[in-house]
Amino acid sequence: MADSAHASWGRYPASRPAAVTRATDRHRAVPEAATPVLAYGNGRSYGDSCLNNGGTLVETRGLDRFIAFDPATGVLDCEAGVLLAEILALAVPQGWFLPVTPGTQYVTVGGAIANDVHGKNHHVAGTFGRHVHELELRRTDGDCLHCSRQLNADWFAATVGGLGLTGLVTRARIGLRRIEGPYMDVDTRRFDDLDTFLKLSAAADDDHEYTVAWTDCTARGSAVGRGWFMQANHKPALGQKPDPRRRGAPAFPFTTPVSMINRATLRPLNTLYFHRRWRSAWRDTQHYQPYFYPLDGIRHWNRAYGPTGFLQYQCVVPHADARASITELLERIAAAGAGSFLSVLKVFGDVPSPGLMSFPRPGVTLALDFPNRGRPTFELLDALDGVVMAAGGGVYPAKDARMSGAAFRQYFPEWRHFSSYVDPGVSSSFWRRVMEEAQ
Amino acid sequence: MRKILIVGATSAIAEQAARRFAADGDALFLVGRRADRLEAVADDLKVRGAHTTGTHVMDADDLAAHAPMLDAAEAALGGLDTVLVAYGTLPDQAACAAEPATAVAAWHTNAVSQIALLTDVANRFERQGHGLIAAISSVAGDRGRASNYVYGSAKAGLNAFLDGLRHRLFGSGVQVLTIRPGMVDTPMTAEFDKGPLFASPEKVGGDIHKAIGKRRAVCYTPGFWWLIMTVIQSLPRAVFHRTQL
Repeated sequence: MADSAHASWGRYPASRPAAVTRATDRHRAVPEAATPVLAYGNGRSYGDSCLNNGGTLVETRGLDRFIAFDPATGVLDCEAGVLLAEILALAVPQGWFLPVTPGTQYVTVGGAIANDVHGKNHHVAGTFGRHVHELELRRTDGDCLHCSRQLNADWFAATVGGLGLTGLVTRARIGLRRIEGPYMDVDTRRFDDLDTFLKLSAAADDDHEYTVAWTDCTARGSAVGRGWFMQANHKPALGQKPDPRRRGAPAFPFTTPVSMINRATLRPLNTLYFHRRWRSAWRDTQHYQPYFYPLDGIRHWNRAYGPTGFLQYQCVVPHADARASITELLERIAAAGAGSFLSVLKVFGDVPSPGLMSFPRPGVTLALDFPNRGRPTFELLDALDGVVMAAGGGVYPAKDARMSGAAFRQYFPEWRHFSSYVDPGVSSSFWRRVMEEAQ
Repeated sequence: MRKILIVGATSAIAEQAARRFAADGDALFLVGRRADRLEAVADDLKVRGAHTTGTHVMDADDLAAHAPMLDAAEAALGGLDTVLVAYGTLPDQAACAAEPATAVAAWHTNAVSQIALLTDVANRFERQGHGLIAAISSVAGDRGRASNYVYGSAKAGLNAFLDGLRHRLFGSGVQVLTIRPGMVDTPMTAEFDKGPLFASPEKVGGDIHKAIGKRRAVCYTPGFWWLIMTVIQSLPRAVFHRTQL
C-alpha cells in the first residue's frame, strides 16, 4: 500500500518508504538508517524527486527554528525545515520579503534550495539559490560542510538545485528583499497570441519586478498562446490599508472519484477565463498573499484531480526558436484535449543560475498540469519532451515523475559531474529512475 | 511583559508554547539538559520577539540543582511571575513492569523531582504574593491503565500534588495550572503508530499559552480528552478490565 502521508503533490507515483525518521536537532548527524535516506520537507514537489520508494525519508519540518534575523540588513539565518510562509510571517511586518518565491509559500527553505526554485521575478532576481549566502550540509558519513560561493564553492553549486542528493541541508543564511508594505501594484491585460505575449514581456521586464502570464491551453490556430499578462511591483507604503488578518484557508474536502479537470470542463472553463472580463486591461492593488499564492487559498487542491493524481510539466526552451517551440507544444496539448486551467508562460532572464543542476536558463518557460489519464498522458508528455529536446531546452525535475533518463541527461549535461557529489547514503525515486540506464 | 521560566524548554510542546510567549514579547529563561539544543531554541525565540532569553543547563533528576537554577532565573529576569514545568519522560511500560529500578527511575523524573521543584517555586511565589505555576501532567494520570500505569501513576501523584498546592495557595495570589495533554505527536512518542487522536505540539502549545493567559486551574488539551477521560474513569471495573487501554 502507498503511504499517503508522504506522497508528492501530484499524488503520482505511489510510493512507500521502508522507514520514516525525523530530524529535529540540527547539531546531530543525519539519522542512522538501514536504507538510503532522502530529506522530505513539506511534500510540495510534484513528482518523485521528494519520494524514496523502499528507502528512508528524513522529515525535516522539525528543523524549523530561526537562528538570527537582522532587520537592518534583511539577512536571515534559519534551519532548513522553516517554511517560506513562516519567513513571510516574520519578515513582512518588519519590511522584508522573500528575494524569490515560487507559487506556493508552503515549501521549506531546504526544498527551495534543493530545487533552486524561481518565481515571477526571475528576469531580475534569478533563482532562490542566488540569495543563499551560506548553507550547512550534513553528509551521511558525519561530515558537516559550510558552503557558499566562496567556501566549498563546488559543494554549494552541487547542492543548490541538487534535489537533496548531496546530503541533508540543515541550515541556510538568506538575503531578503526590502519592501515598504504588503501590497502589490498589479497591471493585467489580455493578449491574443504568443507574439503579443513575447512583446508584452519584453516591454514589461525593464520596469516590472514580477511578470507572468496565464495562457489558454485549449486555444488553437491563430489564437494559440492567448491569455492574460500580469506585471507587478511592490507598492510604495503610501495610503495602505492595514494588513488583513488571514483566516484559515478552506480545504478541498475529499479526493473526487474522477478528475474534476476533464474533457467536459477543460475547454469551457479556459474559454470562460479568457473572456472573464469585458475590459481587456486594468490596474489594481492586491495583497501579496492572493497575488503570489492564489492556490494556497484552497488547501489540498490537488485532490480535485481524482485518485490517479496529476502530472505537472514545466519546460524551458531557448529564446532562438521559442516562438515555434512553444507554439508546437501548445498545439500538441490542445490537439490532445489535455492540460488544465492553470497554464503559465514566463520569460526567464539571463541571470545565471548558481547550481550545477538548476533548471532555470535563458528562454521561455511553460508550465501546466495534466490529469493522469494513464498511457495517453504519458505518450503526450514524451512527445512534448521530443519538442523540448529538439529545441535544446530542459524540463524541471521538481515537477517531473516520468521523463526518460536520456531526456534528463540531455537537459542536464552536468549530471555526470554532479553525480560525483551525490552522497552514497542518499537516494530518491527520481534519481534511481533517471540514472537507471546511465553508465 | 511576563517573566517566564520554562523547565524542559527543548521539549516539543514547551517550544511551541514558548513561541507564543515570544510573540507576546515576554522575557524567557530556558532550562534543559543539552546546551546546544537550548541555544537553538533560545536563538529562535529571540528572533520571534522574546524580550530576553536566558538559558541554563540542568538535569532535573539532580534535586540539589533546582535551587541554584531558580536563583539564576530570578537574577537573570529580575524576578519571576510564571513557571512552566514541561519536562518528563515516557518510560517503556514493559521495562518498568519487569525491573523495579526502571519504574522507580520513571517516578523520580516524572513525580519526585517535580514535587521537589514545585515546592521550591511555590514557596518563592507565596513569599512574593503572586505568580502562576503551570505543570504539564497527562491524561494518563486520570486512571491507571495496563498500557502505561507507571507513567500514569507518577502523573496521578503529580495531579494530586498540584490539586493540593492549588488548595493551599488559594487566596495567596498564586495560581496553579494543571495541563493534561492527550497523545501528542512529539519525539517522546516517536515509536507509536499515530492515530487520529494524536494532536500536534502546535495545538497543545497554543492551548497551554491560552490557559496560562486565562489563569485556568485545569486544562485538558485538546479539549475532547476531558470527555474521553470522564468516560474511562466512569467505566465499571468489570468492563474496564476487558478493554485494551
